[in-house]
Amino acid sequence: MSKFLTRRALVTTGLATAAGVSGLGAAMHFTGKYNLIPPDNGGILGISETLTYSAQRLLTSNRSLAREFTQAQISTVSPVNGEVPIDDAYQRLLMNDFRDWRLEVEGAVSRPVSFSLDNLKSLTPTRHITLHACEEGWSYIAEWSGVRLSTILDLAGTSPNAKYVIFIPYANPSTNSGAVRVSTNGIDMIDALHPQTLLAYGMNGGDLPLRHGAPVRLRVSRLLGYKNTKFLSRIVVTENSDFYHRGNNSWFGGI
Amino acid sequence: MQGPNASTISAQGISPRRHRAFVRITHWLMALSVLGLIATGTGILISHPRLYWGETGAVGTPSLIDLPLPFVLGPSIWNRPYHFFFAWILVLAGFTYVVGGLATRHFRQNLLPPKTDFRWSTIASVTSAHLRGKRTVTDETGTYNIVQRLTYLAVVFFFLPGVVLTGLGMSPGTTSVFPILATSIGGHQSARTLHFCFASFVLIFLIVHIAMLFVAGFRGHVQAMITGRLPKERAPR
Repeated sequence: MSKFLTRRALVTTGLATAAGVSGLGAAMHFTGKYNLIPPDNGGILGISETLTYSAQRLLTSNRSLAREFTQAQISTVSPVNGEVPIDDAYQRLLMNDFRDWRLEVEGAVSRPVSFSLDNLKSLTPTRHITLHACEEGWSYIAEWSGVRLSTILDLAGTSPNAKYVIFIPYANPSTNSGAVRVSTNGIDMIDALHPQTLLAYGMNGGDLPLRHGAPVRLRVSRLLGYKNTKFLSRIVVTENSDFYHRGNNSWFGGI
Repeated sequence: MQGPNASTISAQGISPRRHRAFVRITHWLMALSVLGLIATGTGILISHPRLYWGETGAVGTPSLIDLPLPFVLGPSIWNRPYHFFFAWILVLAGFTYVVGGLATRHFRQNLLPPKTDFRWSTIASVTSAHLRGKRTVTDETGTYNIVQRLTYLAVVFFFLPGVVLTGLGMSPGTTSVFPILATSIGGHQSARTLHFCFASFVLIFLIVHIAMLFVAGFRGHVQAMITGRLPKERAPR
């Protein structure tokens, strides 16, 4: 017998490994069944992404609400990352005060819809004061007003097999690679149908400021800043998980 | 840096077991994860090397500490996924270590200080011996002295759990279920500042831990943590 490993240690390790492997097998079955695997589950980081996503999904529920704050706690400084889009399509909408802006809702829906800003404002409004935290470390508190994403998805008739909702913004073609881009992004149905997930057209009592993503941005209160897509142009509901995902960042931004 | 169980030298002259297998395996997993966490944590920090207190903080608001580091936009994005990769290793290995330590009475036998050692005079004499690079009485018995025991207990049961909990205190998803993780310590930015402080203590521990290894005999102790036993010629007298 080796000096380093006793028979008992071998047996214990063997049993622990067997338990671990069968546990992993059971976990794989379980995670697949209950949608606990994120789209970015590949590679070595896929292991931790899956652990983080499934741990948070088992821990949180549709009902757990992001912390809310009082009017007095609203921050005076509210930074942003990324530039205002400079492409012609967006600039034309901006010149016209977004009167021609339309939000298309399509994909796995029974009634694809197109909303104008006035259409959105005519739907039941909601507002909340929440913390916006950037993964870089800074944070601010603001009041956001808009319409619940779930209201929009109900109107469009989301497929019962829908897995993700994808947000396509007016991207800034000039954004250099060093800066944080305005980019396509997606969330799962649990966050999409969450009561604090808004299509926000107002901030701190006024219209949504230009640099904060006018005319409408996404606000997902339980996720980090980079998941809150600005300058929305299109929403796509999908039953697949192989949609475009920005390479370097975690898809799930709840931690 | 003498370890546990060394007093039970076997009759055949085989050097005694110093570290159980679960201690050795979890030790190296945690060592790997702590190094990875410090590297990736620094990568995140330099995107905004400024600390605040309360819920909010950003450029343009009063800060608590301005770290002498440049603002580098970008690295936080790709460091974060790796940070959580190493964090999961730390959490899983740490959990295994604590469960194993309780099951094998490792904490009671090797880390919980005897009541008689809880005296300032003992702590002071051991600390002074350490600072002068001298051996202490407990070195001869092959057990940990009072300062080692208290330090290891503080790292295992205070600083590492503290760094994990303050990290979770920054998570908007986690605080939607456990708001107390942020509210009990003053808010989101306080959690971030304390996360930095706990991590700094872990880094200081790591530096002293390695420095002490050189004092006590680097190769022998590293070998003991890998194989479980000190080299024969280095077995405690």
